[in-house]
Amino acid sequence: MEDGRLDQDGPHLWATTARAHLGRRYVLSASHRLFSASLSEAENQNVYGKCANPHGHGHNYTVEVIVGGEIDRRTGMVCDLAELDGWVRREVLEPFDHQNLNTLEVFREVVPTTENLLIEIHRGLALVLPRAMTLAVRVEETSNNFFEYCEDPI
Amino acid sequence: MILLTRKAEFSASHYYWNEAWSAEENARVFGKCSNRNGHGHNYTLEVTVAGEADPVTGFVVDLKQLKDVMEKEVVAAYDHRHLNLEVPEFKTTIPTTENIAVAIFRRLQGKIPGARLHRVRVYEMPDLFADCYAA
Repeated sequence: MEDGRLDQDGPHLWATTARAHLGRRYVLSASHRLFSASLSEAENQNVYGKCANPHGHGHNYTVEVIVGGEIDRRTGMVCDLAELDGWVRREVLEPFDHQNLNTLEVFREVVPTTENLLIEIHRGLALVLPRAMTLAVRVEETSNNFFEYCEDPI
Repeated sequence: MILLTRKAEFSASHYYWNEAWSAEENARVFGKCSNRNGHGHNYTLEVTVAGEADPVTGFVVDLKQLKDVMEKEVVAAYDHRHLNLEVPEFKTTIPTTENIAVAIFRRLQGKIPGARLHRVRVYEMPDLFADCYAA
């Protein structure tokens, strides 16, 4: 292992900058119905099955937000956790938590599948994240189904 | 290409402190993690290697060898230790989850026979983890 050094930034081991990805998990509870107005009732049943039931159903979605960047040599962190929690609270939890997704403007013409929810979550966070950071989002709809979106395939 | 992941756990204590800063600055940035008495976590380590399945054995990597390397290079050094006080790389760098992931990646790189180290993931809590990927 390399010897560490202490300079005006404080302790740091890495002779060159090191990159890491910080992941944080959040839970949001929401209801949705998968139904497309451009399909007939029979086609909706055929495509979406019981997810098309008329009164909708719900999930505790687990949202995993993974930000990538250089490790700050002063703090040892890629990202301040409180800042990340704030971004997620404003861009993800406040819009979607304890909501009926079908009633939201962003899903007025888009079926609120978890794929489309994932895209909206990623879009909202990408707007507020510092440009130097990469962003990947994973949404677990149930313990058996999850969906991922990342800017740079790793 | 196949990715194979093995988990291990270790229990360790640590604190976050930048020697170049005042006590007030450390408290402001790191909050209760700056308590010099330290605190602890049950860390979960996931080591992911990449490779093709061997046509004879069907293995991407010999799991016993991978387990032994993880035990020798990481668990033996970190488990039931105070990271700041007992682990060489954390005498001069802050043992955040990010730095732990990078340190473990560097400990393991080149030591896993027959497979390429792809990713190290370290969970500090069930809802907080850091990844270090191969460049």
